[in-house]
Amino acid sequence: MLALDHVAQSYGSKPVLSDVSFVLSPGQIGCLLGPSGCGKTTALRLIAGFEKLSAGEIRIGAEIVSYPSHSLAPEQRRVGLVFQDYALFPHLNVEQNVAFGLSALPAIDRRMRVAEMLDLVGLGHEAAAYPHQLSGGQQQRVALARALAPRPRLLLLDEPFSNLDVELREKLSLEVRDILKQEAITALLVTHDQHEAFAMADVIGVMNRGVIQQWDTPYNLYHQPANRFVADFVGQGVLLPGNVLNSRQVEIALGVLEGKVDGECSEEGGCVKCEKGCQVDVLVRPDDIIHDDASLLMAEVERKAFRGADFLYTLKLPGGGRVLAQVDSHHNHAIGERIGIRLGIDHVVAFRK
Amino acid sequence: MRAPGGFGPWTAAIGLALLSLIPVAVVASAMLHPDQTLWDHLWRHVLPELLVNTFWLALGVGLGVTLLGTGLAWLTAACEFPGRKFFSWALLLPLALPAYVTAFVWIGLLDFTGALPTWLRENWGIAQLPPIRSRGGVILVMVLALYPYVYLTARAAFQGQGRRLLEAAQSLGVSRRRAFFRIALPMARPGIVAGLSLALMETLADFGTVSVFNYNTFTTAIYQAWFSMFSLPAASQLATLLICFVLALVMLEQLSRNSRNYATSARGGGGARRIVLGGANALMATTAAGLVFLLAFVIPMAQLLSWTYAIVATDLDIRYLDFAWHSLLLAAFGATLVVALALTLAYAQRQRPTPAMQFTARLATIGYALPGAVLAVGFYIPVAGLDNLLINAWHDSTGQEIGQIFGGTLAVMLLAYCTRFLAVGFGPVETGLARITRSMDEAAQVLGTTGLKRLFRVHLPMLRAPLLAATALAFVDIMKELPITLMTRPFGWDTLATRVFEMTSEGEWERAALPAVAICLVGLLPIFFLVKHSDART
Repeated sequence: MLALDHVAQSYGSKPVLSDVSFVLSPGQIGCLLGPSGCGKTTALRLIAGFEKLSAGEIRIGAEIVSYPSHSLAPEQRRVGLVFQDYALFPHLNVEQNVAFGLSALPAIDRRMRVAEMLDLVGLGHEAAAYPHQLSGGQQQRVALARALAPRPRLLLLDEPFSNLDVELREKLSLEVRDILKQEAITALLVTHDQHEAFAMADVIGVMNRGVIQQWDTPYNLYHQPANRFVADFVGQGVLLPGNVLNSRQVEIALGVLEGKVDGECSEEGGCVKCEKGCQVDVLVRPDDIIHDDASLLMAEVERKAFRGADFLYTLKLPGGGRVLAQVDSHHNHAIGERIGIRLGIDHVVAFRK
Repeated sequence: MRAPGGFGPWTAAIGLALLSLIPVAVVASAMLHPDQTLWDHLWRHVLPELLVNTFWLALGVGLGVTLLGTGLAWLTAACEFPGRKFFSWALLLPLALPAYVTAFVWIGLLDFTGALPTWLRENWGIAQLPPIRSRGGVILVMVLALYPYVYLTARAAFQGQGRRLLEAAQSLGVSRRRAFFRIALPMARPGIVAGLSLALMETLADFGTVSVFNYNTFTTAIYQAWFSMFSLPAASQLATLLICFVLALVMLEQLSRNSRNYATSARGGGGARRIVLGGANALMATTAAGLVFLLAFVIPMAQLLSWTYAIVATDLDIRYLDFAWHSLLLAAFGATLVVALALTLAYAQRQRPTPAMQFTARLATIGYALPGAVLAVGFYIPVAGLDNLLINAWHDSTGQEIGQIFGGTLAVMLLAYCTRFLAVGFGPVETGLARITRSMDEAAQVLGTTGLKRLFRVHLPMLRAPLLAATALAFVDIMKELPITLMTRPFGWDTLATRVFEMTSEGEWERAALPAVAICLVGLLPIFFLVKHSDART
């Protein structure tokens, strides 16, 4: 439904996007995730048609909408767009905002479509209200209804929940996902918030410095990050130095990790086969560290953060080095206390040094 | 708990509100005891012409300034064409020319004996241009002089819109050009209406321009009732009618003010990307902007300078020292007074930010809507009354005759100026003061800086630019003010503005140019403030 093919863009001599390629199939919800300035918003604006690309091409359906010498006008792309600040027209009420893109329809169809959209987002009773009379969450839903009303081929969402408070953000992102799935809408959202990305998207592209680092499912991004950037940006964890013993064993400060060393070892910019004696960094997630009073391996509590359901402890290892540990919230240990831990890694992620 | 000085803010605000309500009350009270014969006379011989003239003038100027102001604002705010940056601020320059100056220059240029018609007659055999001294002529000149009001507010509105909303419209299948009518224009409407109501208030208040054109309106009729018929009741009754029209405009402006908040509520995405005009469109845009600039500023200014050059050697004499001195004295004294009162009112409002206080502040600044001719009548009557009381009292107790005490002094003039221009000073001061947030006050306080120390270390440094702007604006407005000065000045006390009026009423355009140039040059001063502090430079 949406395909980006080796898309690149630069402002002057400064490259903003390079070699961005991915495909969304119909009904799929994709996400570009990355820190600010990584180029994700530029990618979105390229797809919407507000920017011109310098290389590659963009297809929506079977139509090529952008290539270097050509750019279909935004208003002709039939792409819906939900803005970060919603960009509701302040001089129009909710109903008129939703009807804005429907001027080609006869009046009666237009009214029906607006009513249908407002029902879909649960705002039928606010049709006559003006944007400034609505709460943030309601404005966000009007923006969604307005974007969906003209039946776009593709829906783009630019940091759609960043202006909402955390609780509402979670609730609304699930709600929006349900709506999109129910209407079988192909959508691409852009965000710097991984929770938002995980809650909404079927497939996520992690971006940094204008390059897609990994295009994968949320599960794989967390458990099989392709490189250090993805490992660091998605989820929490630390990298511990390790020594490869053989293709199935890596030794780190906490002991010897058994199990398949996935892809033997991965390396930024391509995988190089790693033999015995090879020095690597091993990713250790907080949930890889299991608190076990029976364990002989002791670590000192250096910091702790109570998160309700669990604690996130920062533990100092005997040989130096630190790890994060996620521990049930009834194990309340004091700072400076030494607690027993063991490793629970069944899948080794290692990056060559 | 009562804050210290809790009584002060109210006293100040109510005092200022009364100041602007007195002339209205005085003038309106003339309606309580209507003189039937006088009313019949007015109704039969005067009002029909005034009403028709005022109607066409307001309609023509209203349409003209809306079209010209909005169009130019859209071009310079949203499009790109050669010269756009220059025109962005240059199109504000006509604000420096009082309408009555633009008026006499154009009459001088286009009158039968004027330079252009003479040249056309002699070289091209064109016997007659459409007469400039006509309804169309007044409207045209007023549009050229007053369009910057709409231009300024509409431009600010267009620029405040940002690009998000236009992009949103595009993503919904609406092109940039159509989005102008569906998004940009409706959203700028409050700004346009605000500028329009200001321009119309100026139109109704105008005395100088219509006098030059011999186009009778309420202000000229009030003047004549006063000076030719010596009839204060007639002047009062005419003034009351004029106030009714003005009040309608004030309501219009208030409405636009109330709905203005939405123009700034969604302005994300930075400035809108400009529509780059190409080929014929760009040429047309540059030509249109250039033509307006030429007609409204360059030609009048050039003609003024050339007349001045021709006359300066013979006409510039010792009397000009007096004119200039009087003008400067009045303007400096008046502006200082205006700004001091504006500061008082702004602080009163800051100390007691209640709806009642805001309403009172609105009342106190209503004077900008009241035509100078009305204020002159409204202040003269009570002052003359007070004088008579005092004179009689003096006579009764001592048996001696004395002349008037307050009447015919600068006091009446300054009162009227303060009322009329308080809003001019209040606007910048209020905005400037609002920028000093409560938390800044509190930050200063916890750091041990309060009271006067805070005023000098925090407030005044931050208010310097707004205070300067307020002073400059009030200064220039007073300097070019005509009807108040003309009607309430002490006998024989001429200023640059009254000199212009005197010379133009005798058709001596060249000799009127000399004082006019001085007024215009000083008038450029606040424009620089305006350009510097608005976004007109981008």
